[in-house]
Amino acid sequence: MLHYIGKRLLHLIPVLLGMTFIVFLIIRAIPGDPAQVILGQQATAEAVAALRDKLGLNNPWYIQYFDYLKGILTGDLGESLRTRQGIVTEVWPYLAATFELAIFAMIIAVIVGMNAGIVSAWFQNSWFDYIAMVIALIGVSIPIFWLGLMEQWIFSVKLGWLPTSGREEVRDPVSAITHLYLIDTLMQGRFDQFVVTLKHLILPGIALATIPTAIIARMTRASMLEVMRSDFVRTARAKGQKMFVVIYKHALKNALIPVLTIVGLQTGMLLGGAILTETIFSWPGIGRYIYEAIGYRDYPVIQSGILIVAFLFIMINLIVDILYTVIDSRIKYN
Amino acid sequence: MSEIASKTSINLAQEDQVVGPWKEAWRSFRKNKSALVGTAIVIFFVLLAILGPFIAPQGINDQNLSQRLLPPSSEFWFGTDDLGRDIFSRILHGARISLTVGFFAVVISAAAGSFLGIIAGYYGKWIDTIISRIFDIMLAFPSILLAIAVVSILGPSLRNALIAIAIINIPNFGRLIRSRVLSIKEEEYIHAAKAIGMKNARILWRHILPNSMTPVIVQGTLAIATAIIEAAALGFLGLGAEAPQPEWGKMLADARIFLLNAPWAMIFPGLAIMLTVVGFNLMGDGLRDALDPKMKS
Repeated sequence: MLHYIGKRLLHLIPVLLGMTFIVFLIIRAIPGDPAQVILGQQATAEAVAALRDKLGLNNPWYIQYFDYLKGILTGDLGESLRTRQGIVTEVWPYLAATFELAIFAMIIAVIVGMNAGIVSAWFQNSWFDYIAMVIALIGVSIPIFWLGLMEQWIFSVKLGWLPTSGREEVRDPVSAITHLYLIDTLMQGRFDQFVVTLKHLILPGIALATIPTAIIARMTRASMLEVMRSDFVRTARAKGQKMFVVIYKHALKNALIPVLTIVGLQTGMLLGGAILTETIFSWPGIGRYIYEAIGYRDYPVIQSGILIVAFLFIMINLIVDILYTVIDSRIKYN
Repeated sequence: MSEIASKTSINLAQEDQVVGPWKEAWRSFRKNKSALVGTAIVIFFVLLAILGPFIAPQGINDQNLSQRLLPPSSEFWFGTDDLGRDIFSRILHGARISLTVGFFAVVISAAAGSFLGIIAGYYGKWIDTIISRIFDIMLAFPSILLAIAVVSILGPSLRNALIAIAIINIPNFGRLIRSRVLSIKEEEYIHAAKAIGMKNARILWRHILPNSMTPVIVQGTLAIATAIIEAAALGFLGLGAEAPQPEWGKMLADARIFLLNAPWAMIFPGLAIMLTVVGFNLMGDGLRDALDPKMKS
């Protein structure tokens, strides 16, 4: 097992190097003088020269790349051109906000998606099955930014049930400890704020959960249908066990591996989807951090934001790979 | 003599009944109702894209500020936007933009991905290692993020969004073809072609390429659906189409601030995106079941 993990980590090295190189190119590949493009046409020659110097653009590209790598390895991701803050110091609150949203969305996706898939397989070719699968088809086809807008229109504007955007009540802000507001409010015993935070999470959480829910539902259904045709399920039924017990106790355990793979892959994908969801709901997460940086042409932030998300994406996929070899001993490590 | 003649006629009759793989796939596809619905939706939107400019009741950029944010009516079927433009006419034109971007992005990525995948799969060794690692690196980014990275380098425009979407989809096609080529190159007819001295380029062009195309067709149809959403997402983020182009994602972004007063400006472009994507997804699923059921797993 350790050998397998070691091998996987070794394989990651070229991927991580390639990833940093692509991110490094983001500034360097801008057509024309990157410093001029970042500062705009009205910038003075001195300002452009100063920025060139600051970004290290006067050096040959390979020296720039090694400097960039050195910075990453020593935890220096550069400085935001807009806020003048170190990116490493200002990024955590954004990351925490995205984590909270992504975890919340994944919980919705797993609970709803798996149960919809199980019931669809249980009552195959029933009305529930047809409706669930049509909804799943719409789920994978719907643009989440449109779904987000529709949610805002229906549940915030029309019905007034849930807040339109943001993460907290502006007049009663959460005192951040971990920046995971659900945890912070509980730690401080502020249950009123906990409820408000939860309400803010619902709409973006559902928007972000839509695609994974649909995919998990489809995968669970397919996987369950296969398992339910197995001999051991027939035997359990023949022994008089209730269908509910057969499905949730025996069949589900065996149908879970492909579902787990999809859950893992989708968790990584959530980070990408978060950019759109966070933009719509003004959720102060890493996606919005990158999006706002694009508007301000804050390239160091764009670079580091993309690098952080891609790094997390790789790590989540690695953890999932390792996890399902642990769960299913039939999967060979090599 | 008559016995031989009758045997020959039986053989000919049997040959008539032998169905080719394409015909068999078509038969299977025809029986799949959801695939037919998907195809009908796709044909509908393709027709809209072709005929849109001729059947649109108003000009796409005809502004009339006295008629801004009007709800749907017999005159303006889908209402008007904040500049008094007819949303229905703009959606008709938008079909052309979305389908063009989706189609060409996928054609470019399928061509580039197939080329790299075939080279990697056929030649193996260090070529395979390099190409596969490049694919790994590209797949290490969530796709929309990589698209944003590409557009932030090239600058926001519809053309650059198309290029970005094409680039991010290359590894999907590349990996698919590579794995296909790895199995095809072990087939006997490839060994036979090598044995009679056929050159690699000819083997690749005449034998490997045609035999690895089925998954590309299937993946291509499904990828158009994704590409349309990605183009709309980039347009929505302000990184794709620019004003006054009636691209559906851009229309949604413009409609956001009028959510309270004019929800129709947001509802119809979104519905158009969703329906088109549903169409391509259903058609792609049907093609996969008919042409390459193994892909499903």
